[in-house]
Amino acid sequence: MDLYQELILEHSKRPLRSGLREPFDAEVHHINPTCGDEVTLRVELSGEGADAVVRDVSYRAQGCSISVASTSVLAEEVTGRPVTEALATFESMRAMLTSRGTEPGDAEVIGDGVAFAGVSKYPARVKCALLGWTAFTDALARAGVDISAISTATNPTVATSGSTATQGVSS
Amino acid sequence: MPSSSARVNASFSDREVAALRGDFPILTRTVRDDRRLVYLDSGATSHKPTAVLDAERTFYEQHNAAVHRGAHQLAEEATDDFENARATIAAFIGAPAGEVVFTKNATEALNLVAYAFSNASPNEQPKDARFVLGPGDEILVTEMEHHANLVPWQELSRRTGAPLRWLPVLAEGALDLSDLDTLLTDRTKVFAFTHVSNVLGTINPVAALAERAHAVGALVVVDACQSVPHLAVDVATLGADFIAFSGHKLYGPMGIGVLWGRAELLEVMPAFLTGGSMIEMVTMERSTYAPAPQKFEAGVPNAAQAVGLAAAVTWVEAVGIDRIAAHESALVDALMNGLAARPWVHVVGPPPGTPRGGAVAFVVDGVHAHDVGQVLDDAGVAVRVGHHCAWPLHRALGVTATTRASVAAYNTFGEVEALLRALDRVPGIFGIDLDEADPDAGLGVGPDARAGSVALRGEATREAS
Repeated sequence: MDLYQELILEHSKRPLRSGLREPFDAEVHHINPTCGDEVTLRVELSGEGADAVVRDVSYRAQGCSISVASTSVLAEEVTGRPVTEALATFESMRAMLTSRGTEPGDAEVIGDGVAFAGVSKYPARVKCALLGWTAFTDALARAGVDISAISTATNPTVATSGSTATQGVSS
Repeated sequence: MPSSSARVNASFSDREVAALRGDFPILTRTVRDDRRLVYLDSGATSHKPTAVLDAERTFYEQHNAAVHRGAHQLAEEATDDFENARATIAAFIGAPAGEVVFTKNATEALNLVAYAFSNASPNEQPKDARFVLGPGDEILVTEMEHHANLVPWQELSRRTGAPLRWLPVLAEGALDLSDLDTLLTDRTKVFAFTHVSNVLGTINPVAALAERAHAVGALVVVDACQSVPHLAVDVATLGADFIAFSGHKLYGPMGIGVLWGRAELLEVMPAFLTGGSMIEMVTMERSTYAPAPQKFEAGVPNAAQAVGLAAAVTWVEAVGIDRIAAHESALVDALMNGLAARPWVHVVGPPPGTPRGGAVAFVVDGVHAHDVGQVLDDAGVAVRVGHHCAWPLHRALGVTATTRASVAAYNTFGEVEALLRALDRVPGIFGIDLDEADPDAGLGVGPDARAGSVALRGEATREAS
């Protein structure tokens, strides 16, 4: 089966940049209600508005190999990048994952994220792969970033709005 | 399976099970690159024999009409079909026909009872005290409940102010009855629990628990979704006051469920959904309601599905529920033995040798259930992964998710083997060192387990959400 690429297994065994760190501008706690997987994710930004940069993404993830690895790739790809680029990366990742296998993904934009192209053929797993990413966009919004330009639809090839992930700030 | 009558029956021969499988067209299809479907997810929903599909089709082709309305011939025939279906299903569980209420599923059946308490509780007309709840009363459930037999009671508690209590689960999957006397008291108005756990396979002692509940004046509501399809259930001796089960787990159609209740309780119980069909007399100011079961069946009922479920019950009776129970028991034994031989797998629920239901849920050390299920699916083996709508139970077991195989009459020993073979690919794919597997690791229950005794991928966090 082409789902479990070596890169995914590697990231899931040794998730990069994991652990919750201080300081942070927003923290969110997202759950996948179908399996109970959870991620607590923090973002720290520097700069304001269009110049804002993702200084740190830290997280604690509990879940399947796909969700943990995807969150690891997220942290690796967006840390140190301008928020606008991070949102473009999210968009590219989301588009690939919800494409039902029609979009291979652009390594220039999503880096190791291309290893998840196979996930898009398994609609039940798309939410696993997007758990950390939707948590990240939610955290950005809570940190004051305008995310209205991006789509957060996570249903494969179905253009609906809104994610089914249970959202809420953990406290 | 549990009943003594089942034990004297043998599992199906290869020829018998092959003939029986012929009734299920879906079992001949392939999945994932032409692999033969190995369906071990009947605890989620069973497949449906052609007799069920034919019965629904015949209803629509020959007798279709809104039941209990109209004086034309089709209306008469449709009404007869619907009421005959009720009688067939009632007889299957040892009940008079008038004690069977059709709902859309078991969840609605349980909500119907919960809302009856709720609707009896506001300060209006005289009502039966047994259904009236207030802050001085209590609701008792268990930690092993499916969300369908938990959330409606949480909501009832919120609406009435009657606190919700629950019996915890012991490490080996049985209910912890050590504090039963403090949890089940004369304050308890209703005790709701499952007959057979959809995760653990535990078979709860319904009669004994019901006796204790009745001694303090509590009504007993039993979730029978995982028992009625798998073992002989006779409501006359079960001890419960209400049972709920779904049609689609019993080889019947989706969209039909059953609430059974004692006639004298149904008679005094307030209605849940109101509207057409369930009335006796209506004026602009107020209405009176039809006797049960019509009082609980507002609107045009799901007659075709009721007819389909009756066909399913007829199919089960022709095969023999005790034979099905014996066959499933042998399949579960084979599965339990196969899993026990793999020290990197830990089954939740009662240990081998204990009577259990048709569901076997397990954890593979170091691999998330979603990933286990994906590898099994790649081999054509369909199981369920996740918390199986029993999230608090999984929390108590100290695991996020489990992989659950569940059997039905049409499963074969070859299919159990296929699952075990596919499972053997899991450690290799995820790089799990089998030498490090600890057969004694077990699955703790309680505060320590909540801190994470089972190594799951990623960083184990047990934060309350």
